Amino acid sequence: MADVSYSEPTKIGEATFGDYLALLKPRVMSLVVFTAFVGMMSAPTAVHPMVAIAAILFIAVGAGAAGALNMWSDANIDQNMRRTRYRPVPAGRIAPSESLALGLALAGISVVMLWLAANVLAAILLGFTIFFYAVIYSLWLKHVTPQNIVIGGAAGALPPVIGWVVASGTMAIEAWQMFALIFLWTPPHFWALALFMRSDYDDARIPMLTVTHGRKATRAHILAYTTLLAVLAIAMAFTTLGGPLYFAIAVVYNSLFLLGAIRIWRRNEEAAEADKFIVEKRFFRLSLYYLLFHFAAILAEASLRSLDLGGWI
Amino acid sequence: MSIHVEHELHRRRLGRNLGVGLLLAALISVVFGLTIAKLSTGPMANAQGQVIFE
Repeated sequence: MADVSYSEPTKIGEATFGDYLALLKPRVMSLVVFTAFVGMMSAPTAVHPMVAIAAILFIAVGAGAAGALNMWSDANIDQNMRRTRYRPVPAGRIAPSESLALGLALAGISVVMLWLAANVLAAILLGFTIFFYAVIYSLWLKHVTPQNIVIGGAAGALPPVIGWVVASGTMAIEAWQMFALIFLWTPPHFWALALFMRSDYDDARIPMLTVTHGRKATRAHILAYTTLLAVLAIAMAFTTLGGPLYFAIAVVYNSLFLLGAIRIWRRNEEAAEADKFIVEKRFFRLSLYYLLFHFAAILAEASLRSLDLGGWI
Repeated sequence: MSIHVEHELHRRRLGRNLGVGLLLAALISVVFGLTIAKLSTGPMANAQGQVIFE
């Protein structure tokens, strides 16, 4: 006797709720939420808790919108890369047009709601960030220049500025210091990934530095950006955002990060292939902790300042 | 052999509908909380306390 129930492969339109969540790039969203929260908390103006919760939520929705728009524009690229081919759009669980519609709807909702929750400047900055990531980076820069992730990194660096503007209504130098920290951190983070993902960017015909200038030049670029980042990150300890706690964390993490960059720079491809890119993979993992701990230190200094304990006084 | 009244497709749809429902409930809660917060700080003000509506 035949069983009337049957199973068939997943088709477009049969995605689960989790697939739609995956469209919003939750891991990127968590970084955006955390850095925006630190930006908001380190501003000198106190924010009503409900306003803070709503603002963070709508910034997260804005980040999700940018992610969904990127999934739409990068569907063909994602299909050719091992790292991304199982995403909902290239895997065929969600139609590209659905991803575009969701991205546009969430972008509109997040910008308008942030305006109502906080202020018009924060909303404009959020709108600009989504536009910069989805259009300037994903549709244009990514396909035309090896400096794609350097310039495109600006989109990922803006959330702490938005958080600061939500609280204070203005853009101060401290907000741009946090911007610079993420901006200089982004290239070594992504170039390390490009080194150990090897053929992915070649296969997808993306002009990453590894493809256009070679892997040796990429290793040198990682060291150059890491050196610049270390100078900035440690100098920030002596600004109004920093203090002894931040200084201690910055010295430890920048020493480790620089050491990792020097190791990457001194290696050749034979050595990297031999140990399956262990140094590059460690550097990439360290980069995640690097950013997390720097922003946690900025948050801790801001909390201490509110108790008259922060800074160098 | 049993006849499956509920296809696997229905389970997915239920999951999506529940997810959207919960998200809408969360959005309503946030907007309501935001309204109360704005009203409780006196005249309608933005995050910096600048008055929008008296």
